Amino acid sequence: MKKTFLFASVLLTALILVPLGAQQNDIVIKLTGGQQPVIAITDMRGSGEAQTHMGVFNRSLYDEIEASGVLKIAAKSGYPLQVPQRPQDFRAGGPQMADWSRPPASANYLAFGYTAVQDGRLVLFGFLFDVTQANPQSAQVIGKLYFGPLTAEGSRKVAQEFAADILARFGAKSLAGSSIYFVREERVGYKDIWMMDYDGANQKPVTRFGELAFMPAVSKDNTKLAFTLLSQKNPSVVVWSTSANRKLPFVNPQASVNASPDFTPDGQTILFSSSLGGGFANIFAASADGSGIRRLTSVRAVETEPKVNPKTGQEVVMTSGRSGTPQIYRMSIDGTGVERLTSGEGDAVNPSWHPDGELIAFAWTRGFEPGNFNIFVMDVNKRQLLQLTHGAGRNENPTWAPDGRHIVFCSTRGGSPQIYSMLADGSNVKKLTGQGRNTMPVWSK
Amino acid sequence: MNERKAGAVLMALSLMMIAAGCKKKAPAPPPPPAPVKVAEAPPPPPRPVVSFSAEPATVERGQCATLRWNVENATQVAINPGVGNVAASGTQRVCPTTTTTYTLSASGAGGSDSATATVNVSAAPPPPPPPVVAPKRSLSELLSEQLQDALFDYDKSEIREDARAVLTRNSEALKTIFQGYGDALVNVEGHCDERGSAEYNLGLGDRRATAAKEFLTQLGVSGGQLKTVSYGKERPVCSEENEGCYQRNRRAHFSAGQ
Repeated sequence: MKKTFLFASVLLTALILVPLGAQQNDIVIKLTGGQQPVIAITDMRGSGEAQTHMGVFNRSLYDEIEASGVLKIAAKSGYPLQVPQRPQDFRAGGPQMADWSRPPASANYLAFGYTAVQDGRLVLFGFLFDVTQANPQSAQVIGKLYFGPLTAEGSRKVAQEFAADILARFGAKSLAGSSIYFVREERVGYKDIWMMDYDGANQKPVTRFGELAFMPAVSKDNTKLAFTLLSQKNPSVVVWSTSANRKLPFVNPQASVNASPDFTPDGQTILFSSSLGGGFANIFAASADGSGIRRLTSVRAVETEPKVNPKTGQEVVMTSGRSGTPQIYRMSIDGTGVERLTSGEGDAVNPSWHPDGELIAFAWTRGFEPGNFNIFVMDVNKRQLLQLTHGAGRNENPTWAPDGRHIVFCSTRGGSPQIYSMLADGSNVKKLTGQGRNTMPVWSK
Repeated sequence: MNERKAGAVLMALSLMMIAAGCKKKAPAPPPPPAPVKVAEAPPPPPRPVVSFSAEPATVERGQCATLRWNVENATQVAINPGVGNVAASGTQRVCPTTTTTYTLSASGAGGSDSATATVNVSAAPPPPPPPVVAPKRSLSELLSEQLQDALFDYDKSEIREDARAVLTRNSEALKTIFQGYGDALVNVEGHCDERGSAEYNLGLGDRRATAAKEFLTQLGVSGGQLKTVSYGKERPVCSEENEGCYQRNRRAHFSAGQ
């Protein structure tokens, strides 16, 4: 009897512990692709005038690679003394690949090269070698010329392009060139949509309503935004052309609330939350101009934040109060097969799809007081969870970067709400905004 | 002189006749008069005799006077302007807007006569000062003075016991206000505290506004004059991070509509 009980409790403990341990690994592996290769990045030099901006270049290259989360960067303190600049430098008496692959550098890959001035332009001779190979002839992964203006900005550009090529070798998409849309509150109670570069540079307004424009979503082709506008009238959905920078026609249904829109991957359909019919705000779908409206859910509970699986277009996650407090639910695109993904504890809100359509990020108060949200990642098929923030301020509105490795989110950890980015394992947190109060970031695809 | 005497006799006679006519029981008729011997030509028919007056002779503009007349020996009597042919005797109410002299013309076999009566119309007195009343309160003032916020529990849109009392009082105030503002539109605003998500709170605020409106319409407030609007957590009345402030923000608030 005692033995049986002991066995049962061991089994129970194992059942609880093993999946929990496995869960986190699965998600991290999914995010990082497992063991991360180690790269050594040399501090490169320029000939003549090209040397002027090499400080900017080296810093940019390092930051781009580091921020990707795809590669682990070998500590510079462990680098050999002899640094190659050209492939032909690997010869007897010169630098050896093995010096880079051995401890203390312990690198799998080596990025090296140099810059020069040609016809008044900056040229980078960039190389990536697999230093684990037996000889230099079979080690070259990248050998390419990059051109840019002979300025600090030009150095940054060639560094980003070189980094993008390196990251592409490891299946990562460079974020350079991508934008983040967000909501800025310049004076209390008035919000507009803003945008900035992926790294927080070039912050500028998109809309100038001087009312309450918030909850932005961006179409997969980046040509359209959809957001909620709360003016003197009731909340309504606005569709916006990013190229023309103006409203596109969208006929809102006659309802006290039309809000929280999202696009299907083809951009042809918009899902949103509406109180059409007079009941609770539920999920509806309509064409991109508002025509052909149809009800997807019908329940006496608030339902909002419908987010369409960007990979399949066939699946929706949303926030629903149908079991009490707001929780994350999943259903098919026609509104059938509704199932809850979160446990029912606390408030779970702000679901956002990973580009691969298997993971979501969301904000949850589980284990904390109401309002004290933390960022979580869930594998929606395995229901495995990974918690990324742990109580530093209120952390809300996580959305994924197009590389699938970064999450941008809003946090009050520094006092006022600001936008931060981090790797999807919770590391490498960077603050992107500082002026005004900034919320609801969404990364262009 | 003779005429007057004759008139007096006639008057006395007619008075006697009227008096006689008033008696309930008609007495036996008097014996027919002895035939009068007609001496020479019969006397010419008497000329009409006219009496005409206006009472009162002076009125204020907008008031009326009574014309009173009595005519004898006339076959046609008319009063002008404005009255026309009338009986031999009578009264007529007139309301001239300016001083008017009425002329009574009487004609009969014995000739014609006329008389005038003037109704003097004096200017109306200045209108009385308007009654002293407070300037009409604006709808927003009335709403902010007389209506209270209905408060809610966290993440709930059910009407609490204290909110029932508030809304019941509000319903009476709204009915009175709508009597003075028959076409007024009142916004029922739903608000939330800062802790829930902005997205969910927009839906929750909508439910709070709707619940408050439904409660009020059940108490007889005109539903067509109540318009719900959700502000989610975007329009807080306070921003402290404590339950006192959170509670103040979880509310249905009433404001003047467009």
